[in-house]
This record gives sequence, C-alpha cells and structure tokens, in this order.
Amino acid sequence: MRLLSIENLCLSIHALKILKNVSLEVAKGEIVAITGESGSGKSLTAFSVMQLLPRGTAATGSIKLDGTELLNTPDANMCKLRGNDIGMVFQEPMTALNPLMSIGDQVMETILLHTDASREEARHRAEKTLARVGLPPERYSLARFPHELSGGQRQRVVIAMAIALRPRLLIADEPTTALDVTTQAQIIDLLKDLVQDFGMGLLMITHDLAVVSNMADRIVVMRRGEVVETGETKTLFANMQHDYTKALFAASAHEVTLPNNIPSDALLIVKDAVRDYPKPRTKLFAPREYTRAVNAVSFTLKKGERIGLVGESGCGKSTLTRAILGLEPLQGGSITAFGQEVGPDMPPALRSGLQVVFQDPYGSFNPRHKVARIITEPFHLLPDPPRGQERKNRISEALIAVGLHPSDADKYIHAFSGGQRQRIAIARALIINPELIIFDEAVSALDVSIRAQILDLIAELTQTHELSYLFISHDLSVVRTITDRVLVMKDGEIVEDGETRQVFKNPHHPYTASLIAAAPTLPDVKALADAPD
Amino acid sequence: MLRYSLKRLLSLVISLIIASLVIFLVIEVAPGDPASFMLGINAQEDTLDALREELGLNQSKLERYLSWTFGMLQGDFGTSYTYRTPVADMVADRLWVSLPLALYALALSTLIAFPAGIYAASRRGGAGDVSIMGATQLGVAIPNFWFAMMLVLVFAINLRWFSAGGFPGWDEGLFTGFKALTLPAIALALPQAAILARVMRSSLLDILNEDFIRTARAKGLNQRQALWRHALRNALIPVLTIIGLQFSFLLAGSIIIEQVFYLPGLGRLVFQSISQRDLIVVESVVMLLVFAVIMVNFIVDLAYAWVDPRLRSRT
Repeated sequence: MRLLSIENLCLSIHALKILKNVSLEVAKGEIVAITGESGSGKSLTAFSVMQLLPRGTAATGSIKLDGTELLNTPDANMCKLRGNDIGMVFQEPMTALNPLMSIGDQVMETILLHTDASREEARHRAEKTLARVGLPPERYSLARFPHELSGGQRQRVVIAMAIALRPRLLIADEPTTALDVTTQAQIIDLLKDLVQDFGMGLLMITHDLAVVSNMADRIVVMRRGEVVETGETKTLFANMQHDYTKALFAASAHEVTLPNNIPSDALLIVKDAVRDYPKPRTKLFAPREYTRAVNAVSFTLKKGERIGLVGESGCGKSTLTRAILGLEPLQGGSITAFGQEVGPDMPPALRSGLQVVFQDPYGSFNPRHKVARIITEPFHLLPDPPRGQERKNRISEALIAVGLHPSDADKYIHAFSGGQRQRIAIARALIINPELIIFDEAVSALDVSIRAQILDLIAELTQTHELSYLFISHDLSVVRTITDRVLVMKDGEIVEDGETRQVFKNPHHPYTASLIAAAPTLPDVKALADAPD
Repeated sequence: MLRYSLKRLLSLVISLIIASLVIFLVIEVAPGDPASFMLGINAQEDTLDALREELGLNQSKLERYLSWTFGMLQGDFGTSYTYRTPVADMVADRLWVSLPLALYALALSTLIAFPAGIYAASRRGGAGDVSIMGATQLGVAIPNFWFAMMLVLVFAINLRWFSAGGFPGWDEGLFTGFKALTLPAIALALPQAAILARVMRSSLLDILNEDFIRTARAKGLNQRQALWRHALRNALIPVLTIIGLQFSFLLAGSIIIEQVFYLPGLGRLVFQSISQRDLIVVESVVMLLVFAVIMVNFIVDLAYAWVDPRLRSRT
C-alpha cells in the first residue's frame, strides 16, 4: 500500500477554485517532488496533507496516510498525527522558529508533546536528533537561540523538529529556496540521507527543476491547480509529454544570445574600494570597531561590457552595489563613473547616467503613483526635464521598449503582475538613457518563464540600446547566460575575475569551483532520451 | 544580561541629570523673578527681598542647581512657601495615596485586559471578539471622570458599598485604605484596560500569523497550545511598552479622578501648588514624576530583556 495517496483533491477558498482533481502518491522511502510556478497550488497541496489550510477553505476528495483518511479529520486527531507521523519543513528558516525559545526547547517540544518521555529523556533525544542533522551539541548548545544561528543552521533545526519522532512522511515546502547554493546542496544531501536512513516518504515542493532533477524519484508537475504531468524523474525528463512541462524546462534552461559588443572606454572604475560598517559599541570609551564588508575591491567596467557579480549572502555584493550607486560613502579607495567620483553628494547629472533595477517588483514602487509618474522619476535628475508632448513620447518609447503598451502609463502598479512590474522597473531605468544599469538580483523573485522573458528583454535591449550593465545575482545559471565577464565575491573580496564562459568551464579559485559544483544543474535531456533503459 | 542592565542603568542616570537640568532651567532661569512671580504683582519690596533670601536666589545659578540636586539626593526638597512645611513630607504623604492608586489601577487594567485581549484574539471574528472589541471601543470613548461619577452614583450613593470620596489614610488599616481607592482605581483602570486589551489582541493576531506559529502547529500543537506556548510571549513586547506608558500616566495624570473622589494625591498637589505659585513644590513634584517615569522605563527595558533573548545577547 502507498504511504500517502491523494485522490481527486479539490480545494476552494470561498468561491475560488484553487485545486482541481489533484491526485498523487508517495511510497515509503520515496522522494516525490511537486513542481510548478507560483499560483500552481503546490504549496496548498502540501498544506492539505497537514490539514493546515487557511480559513475559509473547503476540500473534497481523499488524502490517505497508510489508509487513514486525513481530509476533514477533526483537528484534535490531526494534532496527534502532525509532528508524530507527518513532519514538515518550511521555506523560510529565518522566521520558522520561535525567536524567544531556545533551539533545544523547540526540538524537545515535539518529543514531549507526542511521547511520555521525561524532560531529561527528551533532552537526550533532542541532542541526538540535532547531531543527526549536523548540529552536534558540543558545538551547538541546546540553549542557543535561533538568532544565534545562520539560515542553513536554522533550517537544520527545523528539520530536526520535523524528524525527531521519525515520522512516516516528511513534507518539505521549498526547503532550500531561501538558502545559498552551497548550503542548499548540504540540506538536499541531508534530506536524501534521512529518507534513506529512516525509510520515510518525502513530499517535496519546489519551483526549481534543477533541484528536482537532482533528488526526486518521481515528479509531479502542476499548473493552475491541476496536475499536468507525473512520472519517474528520468523518464519524465527524457520524454516530456505535456507542453507546459516542456515550456517549464525550456524556461529553466533558457539562454540568451548577447550581441558581440566590443568594449571601449571605461565607464566605471572601482579602485581598492573599502567599505566598513561600525560595530555596535561595546565599551564607552574604547575606539569604535568596524566590520569590513568590502575589502580592496578593484575592477573596471567598459562601455558595452556586461559584467556579472556573484557571491553568497553576506559576501558584500549588496554593500558594493550601494557604494557604486553612490548611496553610501567609501572608507578607502575610489569609485569613478564616467570620469567623476561617485559618492553620496555626487551631482544629479552623474546619477542620471547610473540607473538601477531592484529585486522586489512588489516593494520598489509607490502604490499610489501611476506608471507614468513612476517611470519618469529619474527625470528630476535632468537640468531640463522633458515636458508636455516630449515627455509623453519618452514615456511611450520606454514602455514600448520593455514590451508594454503606451496606454499602461495611466494605470496604477497593482494592475500589473510581477513580471510586468519588473518591466516597468527596467523602463524606469531606461527612460533617461543611462550609460550604465545595475541589475540587483533583478530576476531572482520571478518565476522561471517570466525570468526567461525578462532575460530576453535585457538581451534585446543590449542590442537596441547598447546597454552596459552590472548584473548582481546569486543565481549562477542566470549570470552564465546574461554576462560576458563575471566577478566572484567572497568575504568582501573579489576572488575571481574573468570571461564568463572561461570561469564556468575552468574556475581558478577553489571557492568558484565549489560554487559551481554546488549549483544544481538540469539534466541533459538529449542524453537521457538517447540512453538505453 | 548584566551588561544590558548596566547600560540601561547608565542611561537612566544620564536621563535624570538632563531632566533635572531642564526643570531647573525652565523654572528658575525663565524670565521673571521667581519671588515676585510667587508673591504676585502687588507684593511689597521688603517681602520680596525676604523671599529671595529664603529661596537662596542671591546665590549663583550653579550653586542653586547644585544645592537643589544634592538636597534632593539627601531627601531635602526644600520648604513649601505656602504651607511652610518641608516639601518632602508633603510629597511623601501624597505619594502614599497616588502610588498605591496607580499600582491598583494598573493591576486591575492588566487583569481585565489580558484575558479580554487573549480571548478576543483566539476567537477572532466570533461573537466574543466582536462584543469585547465593542466594549473596548466604549471604554476608550467614555471620559473617565463621567465614568467616575457614574460609579459614585451607583456604588456610593445608591448601593452605599463604598464612600463617595476622601481617603481615611493607611492608619485605618490596609483594607479600609484599598476600599477607599477601589472606585477611583476602577475609574482609572477601565479606559486603560480598553486600550491595553486592543493592543494585546492586535499584537497576538499579528504573532498568530507568523511562520513559527505554523511551525508549532506542524509539530502537533493545537491552536490553543500554539497561542499560549508560542504566541503570547512574543505578543508581550508591544504590550509591555503600553503598560509602561500607562503607569506613568496613572501616577501623574490622575488629577481629574483625584478631584472627583477628593483624594489627596500628587495630581492635586501639583494643581494646588501651581495655582498658589508655590514653585518649590512644583519643581520637586515634577522632578519626582520624571524620576518615576524614567524608573518605569528602566523596568520596562529590563522586562523586554527578560522576554526577548535577542536583547539579552546584544552587547
């Protein structure tokens, strides 16, 4: 008998149908991945199994765990199953733990809740579980609080809580999405090991096809609340049936062709840039201590160049970006753009040559302004901003350039999807024809198909507008296709600088090599299809 | 934790020094002669001289500031001009009414607000939530002196359970004392409880939407356990802030209620001394209230650290 079987699960929130006839199965010791883009209903499917659904949801169909019906089971009975027979790991390790409770207490809570163990026994078991997930109590005391741990370590604590009682089924909702690539690789390995050791079933939710292909036994592809395709990982990739699966795969592996620009004059020169942050004062009269976030970074970006800047969280890439934008002062070295020094008090004319596109398409616009006002914001940098008809023309040009319609200028931002908003952000950067654009994780928050479209747009604009840009990202696969040169940053320093293709093929610095090795890769579909079974 | 407490203590001392300077400057150095101000415009010149001598106004400002602050440190607040008694004694008498009243009201307000707020949050959108929120709306809207008068009408005049006002003093026994403070404390507490219950509810609701509550539920805790074990302590942080503010208000701002119940509290003392231009008393009482507010903030800061380990470990 299957461990988990979901049959014809339909779910609606008030009148809105969210899930339509979802059916899937997970066997003991099997890893099943549900994949799909945002809004596909993959997370709600997982929460249906836990019966932790938002208010106002109504579900029909059947969800059976070892033959026991879970759907519409009274909460009191579900509480006995949750944590004991079904464990769950969440996406955001930074907020998934109670900040006021020590990690030991949080792991012990699962044990104390479901067993008759004494506190001492529970503590002992919690220690063993934490050691199993890679947090040995000698180094990571049970008395630590979540804020004393990194994101990856917190995710290990969440996993420890979920597996402390060796549940039959583990559900992981985007367990690695918020983590750096090297941490992601470790957590994936841990989950795989646990499934093997405990013979658990693992239902994993992820949007990342590369992660799926590296770990799942079977894949369920969902779109708009429906399962469009399901099958064994290798077979499914080798022989994709549904158009959506193919589109998803193509978008994940999307590559763009950049025009061959010959780099000319230097636009941006970063020379020995140093950026320190003051640490909080510990003594009243002692000299202040500093954290060096960016340490003697030097590089030159020439006109027509497309440079990528990669590194894990905390490596200093955001700090460096803010310094390049002249938002924060340097503590050493210099940054010059178009021959003038960049800094907090730089003249507006200099700023107008340097525009930026941010990561979050939802947070970076004022919701009370119309699109026309949003994208003309950079005009205030110009001594003589265009008015009247010329202003209208410029707005229309910018909107058309990013694939929107001139009539969109009179709409408010809530009328647009995430991808469209990112187009608007690019229009805002383009409208004053800057010499250099900085893309700060500009495609990281987007679904793969939207991401592919935005990458196409950027590639197209490099052709039409001869763009030069600095593309900051943690996603190696994106940087690989959208840049000519790449800088790898670690602990505030640039450890590798070279032609993108060359760096990926033959990394010199061991850190670059480990980054590339840790990044999950899509399977070679052709090889899979040709290989005999 | 020790380091944090010491830092808070240091900031307390600095705040007190700054506050004393400001009070001193405003009252003593403000334009006009305190003596003529205190005696009014028709005062005789020799009376003024005598008062200046008595107040020590002939000394330099620095000397006056130092003798004022060091006097206070030793418990000497000067002598009231109107009553001719040491200010320290007057203030102490009043404090024995105002402080118990404030604590009593605060205890009542917390005892009402916590269960009400928690109940409302756990039954969000239900009948209980709606009626509690309606009641708190009323509690915020009704002026407390009107409410105080209603209490007097019902419980003192009609039912005769309590006396309508006055304070017999603690010599009559603890019970008699608290009984006399009960109606004023209720009148003070209810509007505060209404505010506190609303803060408690919204803070809890915010926390109940946090990811870690979902994690707790995924462990197998039911809604109620998740609320008590995980949400409540997290929700306390904004509630503590409000409690601190309310206590300061209750101590100093209960003048109207003191007036309604004819209680010899600090509020009335300030009011009387201002109308009688007894600046020495005003100065001392204001300083005392500032001290109380700063002390309360200090205690609230310590309570934050007790609740939140992130504050404890921050150096």
